[in-house]
Amino acid sequence: MGAQKKGATRFSEDPEELARVPLQAILLADSFTTKFRPITLDRPKVLLPLVNVPMINYTLAWLESAGVEEVIVFCCAHSKQVINYLESSEWFSHPNFSVTTIESHNSISAGDALRLIYERNVIQGDFVLISGDTVSNMSLTQVLKEHKERKKKDSNAIMTMIIKRSKSSPIIHQSRLGTDELFMAIDPNTKQLLYYEDKADYSKGAICLDKLLLADNPTISLHNDKQDCYIDICSPEVLSLFTDNFDYQHLRRHFVKGLLVDDIMGYKVFTHEIHSNYAARIDNFRSYDSISKDIIQRWTYPFVPDVKFFGNSATKLERQGMYRASDIVQSRSAEIGSFTVIGNGTRIGNNAKISNSVVGEGCTIGSNVSIEGSYIWDNVIIEDGCKLMHSIVCDGVVIKSGAVLEPGVVLSFKVIIGQQFVVPPYSKVSLFQQPTKQDSDEELEYADNSSGIVENSSMADTVDKSNGQFTSELLDEECGPTYELGTGGVGYIWSICEGSHEEEWRHSIAPIPADKLAEAMQTTDDDLELLTQDGSVLPPSGELKPDSNYSDDNEDPRDVSIYFEKEVEATFLRAVHENIKEDHVILEVNSLRLSYNKLFTDCAGAIFYSLMKLALETPHSSPSELCNSTMDVITKWKKLLKSYLTDIDEQIEVIQKFEEICLESAKEFSPLFSKILFHLYDKDLIQEDAILKWDDEKKYADEADKVFVKQSEKFIQWLREAPEEDDDEEDEEE
Amino acid sequence: MPDVQVLVNDFINKLRKRKIEGSQATSRQTAELLRSVISQTRVPYTNQAGALIDAVRAVGEQLIAANPVELAVGNIVRRVLHIIREEDLSLATAAVAGLGLSSVSDDEDDSERDNHPVLSAAVVAAAARSTLRPPSLQTLLEDVPDSGAVPHTSSSGGDSEGKSKSADKSSRSRKLKHDVIEALNELIQDITTCHELIAEQAVEHIHQNEVILTLGSSRTVLEFLCAAKEKKRSFRVFVAEGAPRYQGHLLAKDLVTRGLQTTLITDSAVFAMISRVNMVIVGAHAVMANGGVIAPVGLNMVALAAQRHAVPFVVLAGSHKLCPLYPHNPEVLLNELRSPSELLDFGEFSDCMDFGTGTASPLLHVVNPTFDYVPPKLVSLFITDTGGHNPSYVYRLIADYYSADDLVVQRRPPTAS
Repeated sequence: MGAQKKGATRFSEDPEELARVPLQAILLADSFTTKFRPITLDRPKVLLPLVNVPMINYTLAWLESAGVEEVIVFCCAHSKQVINYLESSEWFSHPNFSVTTIESHNSISAGDALRLIYERNVIQGDFVLISGDTVSNMSLTQVLKEHKERKKKDSNAIMTMIIKRSKSSPIIHQSRLGTDELFMAIDPNTKQLLYYEDKADYSKGAICLDKLLLADNPTISLHNDKQDCYIDICSPEVLSLFTDNFDYQHLRRHFVKGLLVDDIMGYKVFTHEIHSNYAARIDNFRSYDSISKDIIQRWTYPFVPDVKFFGNSATKLERQGMYRASDIVQSRSAEIGSFTVIGNGTRIGNNAKISNSVVGEGCTIGSNVSIEGSYIWDNVIIEDGCKLMHSIVCDGVVIKSGAVLEPGVVLSFKVIIGQQFVVPPYSKVSLFQQPTKQDSDEELEYADNSSGIVENSSMADTVDKSNGQFTSELLDEECGPTYELGTGGVGYIWSICEGSHEEEWRHSIAPIPADKLAEAMQTTDDDLELLTQDGSVLPPSGELKPDSNYSDDNEDPRDVSIYFEKEVEATFLRAVHENIKEDHVILEVNSLRLSYNKLFTDCAGAIFYSLMKLALETPHSSPSELCNSTMDVITKWKKLLKSYLTDIDEQIEVIQKFEEICLESAKEFSPLFSKILFHLYDKDLIQEDAILKWDDEKKYADEADKVFVKQSEKFIQWLREAPEEDDDEEDEEE
Repeated sequence: MPDVQVLVNDFINKLRKRKIEGSQATSRQTAELLRSVISQTRVPYTNQAGALIDAVRAVGEQLIAANPVELAVGNIVRRVLHIIREEDLSLATAAVAGLGLSSVSDDEDDSERDNHPVLSAAVVAAAARSTLRPPSLQTLLEDVPDSGAVPHTSSSGGDSEGKSKSADKSSRSRKLKHDVIEALNELIQDITTCHELIAEQAVEHIHQNEVILTLGSSRTVLEFLCAAKEKKRSFRVFVAEGAPRYQGHLLAKDLVTRGLQTTLITDSAVFAMISRVNMVIVGAHAVMANGGVIAPVGLNMVALAAQRHAVPFVVLAGSHKLCPLYPHNPEVLLNELRSPSELLDFGEFSDCMDFGTGTASPLLHVVNPTFDYVPPKLVSLFITDTGGHNPSYVYRLIADYYSADDLVVQRRPPTAS
């Protein structure tokens, strides 16, 4: 803390010096995830083409235009490729814009990267932290000013996060970028970030806020319609914080949440919302698709295909959002639909249909090919009659005639698809075999196994066995499993692990299938129903009063029991009113028990509770009348109750439940406790052992709890003396 | 000349990123850049004009490619090329005359040439008005052999000519560059003062108690209106706001601070108000060779409304906006589609652009074109820094300012062959 303070005072002392420091940016050219596998086995993510331009160029071009003077590119995976690319590009020769690279081979997370950068001691002042897959056109002047002013006033304001409004789908709880719904609590006046949760558990339909949060802040606005742009303005302290907390790995999950929870240091994170500008990060295949379409629709202006914002080839924008490079050989009968980009030197055959797609440079597209919503990179050969739907096809792929790519297919570099072969939906095909062991990279997929890779596979099983090798080495074409991708096909279909197969559609570039939507809609409806029953539906976004009471985690089991009891009661009342047979009621209650995962004891308690409630609701004028009606009810539904009172534990539960009723919900019963208890005993519903045991248990309870024990003292006394008599009687009867 | 290359790259970058707004600023900066290019170019003894033209053309090609929509860049590049040709020609004729008259003394020759440049620079600057040499005839008769010689001189044809006149050429080698730079300075001067030159004519066009309509914001229009105001004309101005950038708001503010009676209306109210308007005065992005105008979006509608009510539609354009090209497919090729975020808030409509559901192709398209094309028949009058002209006369103005050889700057042959 001392070190922090020193740092803080140093900066507040001479703001003049701060102003003279050139604006720096740290660009992480590695996402430290495996979501783009298998493509990223060959090429780093930042060099993947986004509308025919490697992603990193969008980020660099934006940084350059936003007035950043020095960019430190942190390379980890495939660092040589990134460095070579940057060296051959024009970024190194730019005046007033210096790009330097830092290479690391053992960093496995953003945290490691920042720690390494801190060691190098290259950051002098405030910096922009961004990853190499971010597309934006926002202006930084305003946010930098805000950040500096805040920093001057409060040295603990060390980070400003850029957010943008973007509604996430209410049905599947995911944003248009395929990321999970994000919940943020922001102080509307100071814009301070108070709460950040990107892995909200929607099954509960609720999020948990710390009560202190509500107590400390007069106003909080809670948003689920904000998108995190992953652009941060950071003060140099951020780097030292990463060094101090060596376990920080992920920027959001560890660092931001860590800061929010930690109140000793008192560091604060602020937000800045951008309105007219665009900013988004490519996190998975779905966001790749969405952002590509945004670029084609010019939201990222001036970083659009027909503007040469970096050394890309000249493309002309034509009507209906069609971008065509100059050297295209296109058949007269080919149909190119709207919002399509065709790269330089591509040849398109007769009757080919292309819509909503991006085609790279030097591709050859045969006749009668139909391409819809797909991303075809450079030098791809697509033979006649192929059909591509919502797929990504990397460099050098050959798709032989008549092959079909179903939605969501990803073909990695140089794969060959055989004739007439139909690639199943969501499959990923690579020349590399699926890694069988989780290497260090996979560990980074914290809690998110949606694209994780499991040990064995069901689909590729046969292939793996036939080859008898589990290494991920490039195979020669000859020994490639020809039958897996049709005749002449080369490559392996990566299998998807069982657990994540369900989730595959979330992150794929294909549109969400209708059945999944319907399914999601169903569950949402159910959730909403539950919530409305509870009467505490969380407003999607709005101000919360500090006095609103949010349930904590530990109360949740109780909530479930309340639902269960209500359901049982409803079932029982239906039985009463509609004269349903007891057997059926038992069946229904049993099924409820299973669905709520309850014990028999709970059923017994719930049924007893509903019985008593029924009795209480029958009109009565005096306690004795109540007593009579209760007895009537019990007699009537004796069989039902009996079926749940087979065990001594269940009987004790009922007694305790009765106590509870008398104490809390229906005080009218309290004077009748012993009478009804006797009646239960009389009707053989409760064994004397249970009553005695209950009595024993109560011996050590405090006085207040003993009220009913005392009331039924006589009865218990009688029971204790009775056994012999009872036995005798029975004997006599026999 | 690495520093020039740096300058060029810097300017290209700015053009690409669309960081320079407005054709006046663009053309001035282009001219300044080309001036430094010329001053840095090493001229060989033979065929200096060819070397200069090649240098300017090489840079110009890059500049035009950097932002093909900003036509002013191409205009200025062509103007500069034209200036080089003109200066070369005038020097050549002067030299021929000089040789005939006095080939004896170098000093005399020099002094005579000293006079000539001043004269010729003035001639070029006022090229349009020059009645000295009818430009069309000039280019037809004299420019053609000259420009034809340009690509070849280095190889064969020029050599013999160069040898025969080598002494003379070497002596006037630095002259040409000097003259061209002089002329360029004048061009830059013209560009910076074009507002005043246009505004001077305001009184002739705006009369007492008239109602003037304009759309969006143009500095030329602002100066024009204010000039009329300074001459004690009292009139009213209707300003259409010019969605989606709403620069009309700024114009209205400026007009009010200068004491003009101003009414702000929406673009869609133009038709309703046009019957009360005496004259429409607007700025332009570029004036094409056929007299058509590339203008801020919305102006075609204003022009149509004006025609319907027989209101004169006057376009103010500095001579740097005259473009020697014809508009083929003007709505597409000469337009710039800006970001849709100027129209609507992305966040508000993000659910309409969720590609994850439905057909995966967005149902909502937002198109934000920057320019409109106003066909020549809708324009009543052009007011340039050289005076008022009919749209049908524009081709003639262009012939004065540009030489036919430069229309296609991107031509490869000069560099390739």
